[in-house]
Amino acid sequence: MTSPAQGWEVVIGLEVHVELATRSKMFCACPATFGDLPNTNVCPVCLGLPGSLPVPNRRAIELALRAALALGCRIPPAARFDRKNYHYPDLPKGYQISQYEEPLGIQGHLDLPGEDGEPRRRVRIRRVHLEEDTGKSVHDPEFGTLVDLNRAGVPLIEIVSEPDLRSADEARAYLEELRDTMLYAGVSDVKMEEGSLRCDANVSLRPAGSQAWGTLVEVKNMNSFRSVKLALEYEAERQARLLSEGLPVRRETRHWDEREGVTRPGRGKEEAEDYRYFPEPDLPPLALPAAWVEEIRTSLPELPAARRRRYQSLGVRPYDARILVAERHLGEFFERAVQAGAEPQAAANWTLVEWQAYVKETGKGLAERPDAPEKLAKLLALLARGAISGPVAKDVFREMLETGGDPEAIVAASGRQQIADEKELLAVAREVLSANEKAVADYRKGKRNALAFLVGQVMRTTRGRANPEAAARLLERLIEEG
Amino acid sequence: MTQPIADEVVRKVAELARLALPEDELRALTADLARILERVARLGTVDVEGVPPFSHGALLESVWREDDPRPGLPREAALALAPEARDGYYRVPVVVRRDGEEKP
Amino acid sequence: MNATELSAREIARLVALRELSAVEVARAYLARREAVDARVRAFLHPAPADEVLRAARAVDEKVARGETPGPLAGVPVAVKDNISVEGRPLTCGSRILEGYRAPYSATAVRRLLAAGALVVGGANMDEFAMGSSTENSAYFPTHNPWDLARVPGGSSGGPAAAVAAQEAALALGSDTGGSVRQPAALCGVVGLKPTYGRVSRYGLVAFASSLDQIGPFARDVTDVALALSVIAGHDPMDATSAQVPVGDYVRAAEAGVRGLRIGVPRELVEADGIDGDVRELVAAALETLAERGAHVEECHLPTAATALEAYYVVAPAEASANLARFDGVRYGFRAAAGDLEAMYARTRGEGFGREVRRRIALGTFALSAGYREAYYLRAQRVRQKLLLDFQRAFARYDLLAAPTSPTVAFPLGERVEDPLSMYVNDICTIPASLAGLPAISVPCGFSGGLPVGLQLIGPAFAEETLFRAAGAYQDATSWHRRRPPLGGLAPAGGRRRG
Repeated sequence: MTSPAQGWEVVIGLEVHVELATRSKMFCACPATFGDLPNTNVCPVCLGLPGSLPVPNRRAIELALRAALALGCRIPPAARFDRKNYHYPDLPKGYQISQYEEPLGIQGHLDLPGEDGEPRRRVRIRRVHLEEDTGKSVHDPEFGTLVDLNRAGVPLIEIVSEPDLRSADEARAYLEELRDTMLYAGVSDVKMEEGSLRCDANVSLRPAGSQAWGTLVEVKNMNSFRSVKLALEYEAERQARLLSEGLPVRRETRHWDEREGVTRPGRGKEEAEDYRYFPEPDLPPLALPAAWVEEIRTSLPELPAARRRRYQSLGVRPYDARILVAERHLGEFFERAVQAGAEPQAAANWTLVEWQAYVKETGKGLAERPDAPEKLAKLLALLARGAISGPVAKDVFREMLETGGDPEAIVAASGRQQIADEKELLAVAREVLSANEKAVADYRKGKRNALAFLVGQVMRTTRGRANPEAAARLLERLIEEG
Repeated sequence: MTQPIADEVVRKVAELARLALPEDELRALTADLARILERVARLGTVDVEGVPPFSHGALLESVWREDDPRPGLPREAALALAPEARDGYYRVPVVVRRDGEEKP
Repeated sequence: MNATELSAREIARLVALRELSAVEVARAYLARREAVDARVRAFLHPAPADEVLRAARAVDEKVARGETPGPLAGVPVAVKDNISVEGRPLTCGSRILEGYRAPYSATAVRRLLAAGALVVGGANMDEFAMGSSTENSAYFPTHNPWDLARVPGGSSGGPAAAVAAQEAALALGSDTGGSVRQPAALCGVVGLKPTYGRVSRYGLVAFASSLDQIGPFARDVTDVALALSVIAGHDPMDATSAQVPVGDYVRAAEAGVRGLRIGVPRELVEADGIDGDVRELVAAALETLAERGAHVEECHLPTAATALEAYYVVAPAEASANLARFDGVRYGFRAAAGDLEAMYARTRGEGFGREVRRRIALGTFALSAGYREAYYLRAQRVRQKLLLDFQRAFARYDLLAAPTSPTVAFPLGERVEDPLSMYVNDICTIPASLAGLPAISVPCGFSGGLPVGLQLIGPAFAEETLFRAAGAYQDATSWHRRRPPLGGLAPAGGRRRG
C-alpha cells in the first residue's frame, strides 16, 4: 500500500464496540455465552415478546464504568438510556436501548505508545456509552435471511474517539492500545474474531496544514486489526485520488471488502435513517453515586500505560516493555521472574526470547510450568555470578522446563559449571594454541577476530563451560608470552 | 392556516414506520394528521420558558438485577410463535439492497 | 342467591368458609356469560368452560386441604386482551397478533392467580388500547350493557362491560390516558388507574410506556381496593415499578372522608364539551362528599387545558417505538412478500388498523428529525409544567375531583370516523395520566338512563386517600347497586349450602 497522496492530511475518528464480560445479557437473565446453537439463549425480553420489559444488569453497568474510568472519562452523577429506532430482523424490539444524550462516560483520553516509550499522541475520547447488542443475520441466497438472537441483548459499550488520529497506522495503534486497556481493566475478553471488539471509522481528508473538516465517510465491516489498517489506507487513498482530480467525496457509509481489498458503498438507507432517539421510558435514569464510582476507580488494576512506565523505570528497554505489556502472558512471566529476584532487563530478554520460543514450540505456558519464572530467576543468578555460561544457561533452561528440575541441581549433576579459573583452563588453552598456529599468527598481525575464533575453540573443547572472558584473557596472555 | 403537514412528510413518515399504505389511505392519513396537528399547535400557547422536558417523573431509584444467568424460553417454544423458522433460525425474506448501490 | 350478585370480597369469604364452592361460582358466571355475552360481546377470548371449572376445582381442593385459598378465592376475573396470561390467546384487539398465545403470564395475572382468582377470558379492547369506544377492536365492537346500541367506552370496554354485565366479578384493564376510568364511567362501574409504578407492567403489552398502568374494575369500591392490594407492589421484572409499600386499601375504603380537602379544578369541570347533566351530577356528588365531612372548593390547574394536546404527541411517540416490534419476524401475522422491506411494510400496513396506523404515523412524525423539538420535546415540557401544577394543587388539597368523561356513552358508530371527536373523550382523564397520578372513577348518577362517573385524583401513591373518598361516597349513595337492563340472571349455580 502506498501512503495517501502528497498534500493531504488524513483525519480519523473511531467508534469501537466492546462486548462486556458478563455472564448474562444486559436487560434479561439469558446467558451471554458465545457459540451456542442458534436461538438457545433467548427469553421474552430479548425476543421482544409483547409485554416484556428490560431490567439492567448491575455488573454490566459496573464494567462499563470500569471501561470509562480506565479511559480517564468524567462520570456524570446520572446517565440515561434512550431508544434508537430502526427496523432490522436482528433487532427484536425495532429499537435498540442505548445512551444518546447522557452517556455514562465523557471526555476521556487514550495515549498511543511511541517507540521511545513516550506517548506519541493523545487521542481524546468523546464518550463511552452502554447499549445492547443485536442478533446475527446470516444471508443465504437460497434460504433467505436467517436470524439468530443469541447475541441480541448482550451488553456492549461504544467508545467514540474525537477525530484525533492522523493515519491508518495510528488507528491500528489506538485500537491495540484500547484492546489492551480493556483487557487489563477486566472489561472484556476483546476478541475481534469473536466479534467482542468491533470497529467503525470516520475518515476524511483535508489539505495538509488546514484546520477545516473534510467530508466524512464512515467505514464499516473491518474485522481484524490488520483489516482496519488496510481499509483505512485504502479509503484515504481513494479520497485523495478523488480530491486530487477535483472530484467531491460523497458523505456515505462504505463497507470494507476484505477479499477485494476495497471499500464499497453500503445500502443507501443508512444515510436516510432517522433514529428518532427519545428517553427509554421503561428504565429510570441510572444514578451513578460518586462513592460507587470511586470504589470502582480504586479497584482498577494497573493499566498498560502505567505498566510500561513501571517496566521502563526498572530498566527495561521501551520496546521490550511494550511487548511485555501487549502480550499479557509474557508480562506475567516477566513480573514473576523479577519478583523472584531476576535482574529486569535480563528477565525481559529471557522472557521474550527463550520463554516465548518455548511456549511457541511446545504450546505449554505458565499453567503447565507454574514455577518456571522462579526457576528462571535462579538460573539468571547462576549466570550473573559466573557459575555457568550463557550457552549452558540456555540448555539448562530447556532442561529445567522439561524435567521440572532445579537449575542448580541440573548444573551440578551435569558437571557444566563454568570454568573461570585460569589454572583449569590452561591446559585447554595451550592445546588450542598449538593446534591453531595460523590463527595465532593472524592475531599477531593484528586480526582481532582471530582471538574470537580461538576463544570459540576453547569453548568447544570445554563444551561451553569455559568463561569466554576468562578464556580470552588467558589466550591473549599466552600469545604475548610467546 | 397553512397545512401543518405535507404529503411528502407523511410519505416519509410511513416509510420510516414501515407502513405500506395505498394512495387514498395516504391522503386520508395526511388529512387526519393535519387536523390533529392543528389542534396540537395549541401547545405553542403554553409558556414553557425554562421548563425542562419531562423524562421520568419521580422515578430516581436505580433498579437492576444481579448478573446471574438463568435459562429463558426453550428454542422450540420461541420458534413455534414465528411465522417461519428454519434449522433453528428465524427466517425472513431476503434483505434486498435498496438504492445507493454502486460498483467501484 | 346467585353468585353473580355477590361482591368479590363476599365470594372469596364464602369460598374460604366452604359456604360456597368456587365451582358453583364458576358455573354461575359461565351461565351468565352464556346468557348475555352474545349481546354484550365483552370477551374476545372467553376461557373454555372446562378450563375455568378446572381452576375452580383446584381452589376448592385447596380449601378442602385446609390451606388458605387467597383473598380472591374463586373470584372470576376478566382480563383485558393486552395483558398476558400464559397459554391463552393475546391479540390486543389486533389482526397483527391473530393466533398469538402468550408464553408467559403478566406479573399482575400471576398475583391474581396466586390469590385464587379464576381467569374467565380475554376481554375486548380498542386495538392496542388506542381508542375510547372499543370500536377500534379489529374483531368486533363491545356493546354497553346499559344500552346495547351504545359504546362501552374504551379502550378497556370489554373488561368494563364484563363487570357491568356481571360476566365477571372483577376485571383488569389498562389505563394510558383514561382507558380504565372512562369505560368504568360509561358502564356504571368503579375503575382505578393506580399511580404510575404502583402495579407492575410486566406482561402488559405496551402502548405508551411512561403512561400505561394496569388497573382494576369492580362493581364497588371495596372490591377495587381488594384487587389493587393483590396486584400492587414492586416487581423485579419491571424497573419502573415502585418500591413503595402497599397500603391497606380495603380498610381505607371504609375509613370515611371527614377532614379531607378536595379541590375542583375549574379547567376540568368547565372544559369544552362537558355535558350539562354530567356537570350537575358531579356537582351533586361533591355536595354529598361535603355533607360527609370533606372540604370542597374550586381550584386551578392551568396547564390541564393543554394536557390533551401534550398527550396526543407523547403517547403516539412512545407507541411508535413500542409497536415497532410487530414486524412479522418472530411472532404474529406476516404478509407475503418477496423481500424484507416489502414484508415489513405490508405486514404492518395490513396488520394494524386505521387508528393504530394513524398514531404510529403521528408519533413517528413527532420524533423525526426537524420536528422533534417542536412536537415531542415541547409536549414533554408542557407535561413537566402540568406536573408542577399538580404539585402546587396537592400542597393545598388531599384530592382533586372532576368528571371522568365529558359525556355519557355515545351511540356506536357516531365518532368512529372522526379521530378528534374521539380524542376529546379523554379530556378529563389525561391530566392525571401525564402526571402519573392515581385516579378513580365511581358511579355518581344517571343521565337519560346512562351512567355518569365522578373522577377523584390523588397525589402519587395516595391510593388510600382515593379509597377513603370513593368509599365514603359509595356509602352515601346507591348508584353502584343499579344493574343494567340485560334481563334475567342465569338460574343455575351459586346457591348457599345448608
